[in-house]
Amino acid sequence: MQIGKVIGTLVATQKSRKFDGAKLLLVQPLNADETPRGTALLAVDSVGAGVHDRVLVVLEGRSAGEALGKKWAPVDAAIVGIIDRIDFE
Amino acid sequence: MQLARVIGDVVVTRKDEQLDGIKLLLLQPLTPEREAAGRPLVAVDAVGAGVGEEVFFVRGKEASFPFHPAMPPVDAGIVGIVDHWDIEK
Repeated sequence: MQIGKVIGTLVATQKSRKFDGAKLLLVQPLNADETPRGTALLAVDSVGAGVHDRVLVVLEGRSAGEALGKKWAPVDAAIVGIIDRIDFE
Repeated sequence: MQLARVIGDVVVTRKDEQLDGIKLLLLQPLTPEREAAGRPLVAVDAVGAGVGEEVFFVRGKEASFPFHPAMPPVDAGIVGIVDHWDIEK
């Protein structure tokens, strides 16, 4: 999984029917020191995350589909957790 | 998923027969600030997108899922047309 920060919301009326009822959030992947890494991506939210939350993101189709709870859903990214904190040793 | 703009149509006559009847479009991935993010790619269209529109697309085998039970051999597919997105950094 990857760590990211929710930076925005997206609205799409015309979309694959498997997205009906799903919330789409823009997520900026983060490095361990919380600096941005790479391009922001779009993930379905299965845990009720919101803008500014630090989140756990799966970037794999099968797992993202499981998180969405639908078969044959054309997704490749899903938010599966809201991070409370990360403790470094 | 990733944001992109549709920048062209791709016409392919001789192709895998499972691609028959499926529209192929050229995409430029975008950052949320609408800057180009990486190289253009070809994606199948599952939502009726057209040149100039902002869309989001999925990578991997999941790109074929909107065509289920057909399994066209593809690795990127447009799954939504964007109405708008909002960023709060």
